[in-house]
Amino acid sequence: MRARFNRSTVTFLLGCLIVFAVFQYLFSAGILNDFWYTLVRIGAVMAIVSIGLNLIYGFNGQFSLGQWGFYAIGAYAAADITYRWTQLHDTSGLMVILLAVGFSGGAILLLGRYLNRVRGLDAMSAFAIYLFFVVLAILVGVWIARPLIAPTTAALSSLPEAAAGQIVFFLAVILGGLVAAEVSFLFGLPILTLGSDYFGIATLGFTIIIKVLLDNTDTMFGLTEMKGARGMVGIPKATTWFWVFLFLFVVVIVTRNILQSTTGRAIISVREDETAAKAMGIDVGGMKTLTFVIGSLFAGLAGGLYAHINGFLHPSNFNFLRSFDPMIIIVLGGLGSITGTVVASFAWALVLEGFLRILLPEGFETWRFVVYPVLLLVMMLLRPKGLLGTYEIPFLRSVMPPRRKREAQPTNSGVQAPAAETSGGGG
Amino acid sequence: MDAPMGSERVPRIEVRELTKMFGGLRAVSAFDETIYPGELVGLIGPNGAGKTTVFNMVTGLYAQTSGHIAFDGISIEALAPHEITQLGIARTFQNVRLFPNLTVLDNVRIAYHPHAGYNLTDAIRRSGRFGHKEKELSERAQDFLAVFGLDQRQDEIARNLPYGEQRRLEIARALAAEPALLLLDEPAAGMNPKEIVVLMDLIHFIREKFKLTIWLIEHQMRVVMGICERIVVVDFGEVIARGTPQEIQSDPKVIEAYLGRGAVAVAQQLSEKRCHAARS
Repeated sequence: MRARFNRSTVTFLLGCLIVFAVFQYLFSAGILNDFWYTLVRIGAVMAIVSIGLNLIYGFNGQFSLGQWGFYAIGAYAAADITYRWTQLHDTSGLMVILLAVGFSGGAILLLGRYLNRVRGLDAMSAFAIYLFFVVLAILVGVWIARPLIAPTTAALSSLPEAAAGQIVFFLAVILGGLVAAEVSFLFGLPILTLGSDYFGIATLGFTIIIKVLLDNTDTMFGLTEMKGARGMVGIPKATTWFWVFLFLFVVVIVTRNILQSTTGRAIISVREDETAAKAMGIDVGGMKTLTFVIGSLFAGLAGGLYAHINGFLHPSNFNFLRSFDPMIIIVLGGLGSITGTVVASFAWALVLEGFLRILLPEGFETWRFVVYPVLLLVMMLLRPKGLLGTYEIPFLRSVMPPRRKREAQPTNSGVQAPAAETSGGGG
Repeated sequence: MDAPMGSERVPRIEVRELTKMFGGLRAVSAFDETIYPGELVGLIGPNGAGKTTVFNMVTGLYAQTSGHIAFDGISIEALAPHEITQLGIARTFQNVRLFPNLTVLDNVRIAYHPHAGYNLTDAIRRSGRFGHKEKELSERAQDFLAVFGLDQRQDEIARNLPYGEQRRLEIARALAAEPALLLLDEPAAGMNPKEIVVLMDLIHFIREKFKLTIWLIEHQMRVVMGICERIVVVDFGEVIARGTPQEIQSDPKVIEAYLGRGAVAVAQQLSEKRCHAARS
């Protein structure tokens, strides 16, 4: 128990609290206007997407351009739920997605437990089996959800309106993330067997498919207000600083806890040397899938948060070219550094849309897309390993293993101490 | 067979009619081998003879074109590499394959992953089980490194270790997976004579300490002749000789495979000359 609240943990929690409070004060006191408020929230959303991508690319070594597609899925799924609640006053979106996701998730977990025991099953057959049962589970979920819509609507309506709105919003974001995670699981099964570059192209293809789908779909499964290329309007603007901060905080902690466990070491070993990882008894395919799903879950959560910042979704926001944004952020921040990713996300949002817009003379605002690439170039030349390289703040750094009691002997500890110091300074 | 007389033990590893085709190239052709628990067997042959291919098929990295592999009587030919490792076959690689950017300790701790004793939710929640098991696992890894004299280096990044220690770490990592059969792919490659002596002692030591069955590929004749009880020689994917080190050393087919046709006569002449020189 004592290890859970050592100094770095306390410092980290205090730091987070201070950052949260200071920004909350600046926003509510009106010192920072709506423009900056939006940028800071966008920065936090980008941080969540990018941490997900850093898990996939920086820690697991899989070059993925699919992150933006999962972001779009999360955004539209979450928007569907809250739109129906605020505009149509029913919980059809919530219940249908909740049960569909719940049942298909359950199906995946159960099947996974069973299929893991089947030896030598190839990826495509596994994909077909999963797909069949997921579709079945979704149909069952929707069928069960229908009669439940009216009672839940009544129950939620009996709550104060603000509280009900917040509950629906929170569930919407979580479900958006889960939808993205499940899609990524199914999509990942066949393509994670591809080598790294091919995987990158396949995921790029996925993002393009999603964009085309959004562009050309007026309604999907009864979501009448998706409105294709005209854009979806009327989503409640529920994403506050509190929510983005909370989600970012949780995502950082979860990522850190995963990376500093045996699973995290297995994830990183796949990046380091796939063949050696296999020979060490690590299920390389399983680790890739796990990382891909977690990364996409984060992208989905971020998408859900993003949808409720402006209250407006348009397919052009989910253009495949934008999938390079999180890629740029993690390379800038440092592959394999959570701290760097968070710093670079805020820097990206604030510099590109904020400071450059202000600094450039009037009429030259669009020149920020010239200045920004130049900044990237200079950055890569000066610091090829990213802003922070692999630096982590102490809380996020992998913890040093506990010293053995036996090493209390004077001879050993004398030799041990300098070795520990040098590696601490280097890492 | 080479099995101890009268024993009805299950062979640790039994390879029958193992064949691997790369397109039209027959890399390994009907390879047979049976190794019983506790044996130390060498696999030698000129470059490109298919030795590593055999190891890759046994560990599941390559799918064999045909043939059977059984480990402790269980057929493993359809298993994935990580499943084979979890059953009890570990290996090292010809060119050291550590996890270069991880610490020495993490390199060993990764081997414990399949039996870590806690799951992902424990890790995310930081449950009591996580703390307890993680501590236990780290201590086990540290003890393990101490056996190999690497405990002073545990926090160093693996790629910064000297070559000999990298080799030693790779063996330590393979053993941390608690194998019953250890496959060593050219453990002495790139080592100087002094390091080779240390390595040979190490192989003897781990064999005794961990009750291992060892199968090794090696080019350094000193190592093969020094430690192997039995040697199999392959050339062009086919077994050309088997026997004790003494038998192999004088087998004309082996000399021919290594030195080329005609070498046998030269070798005989040389040894005759040496005899004359010794007499006079």
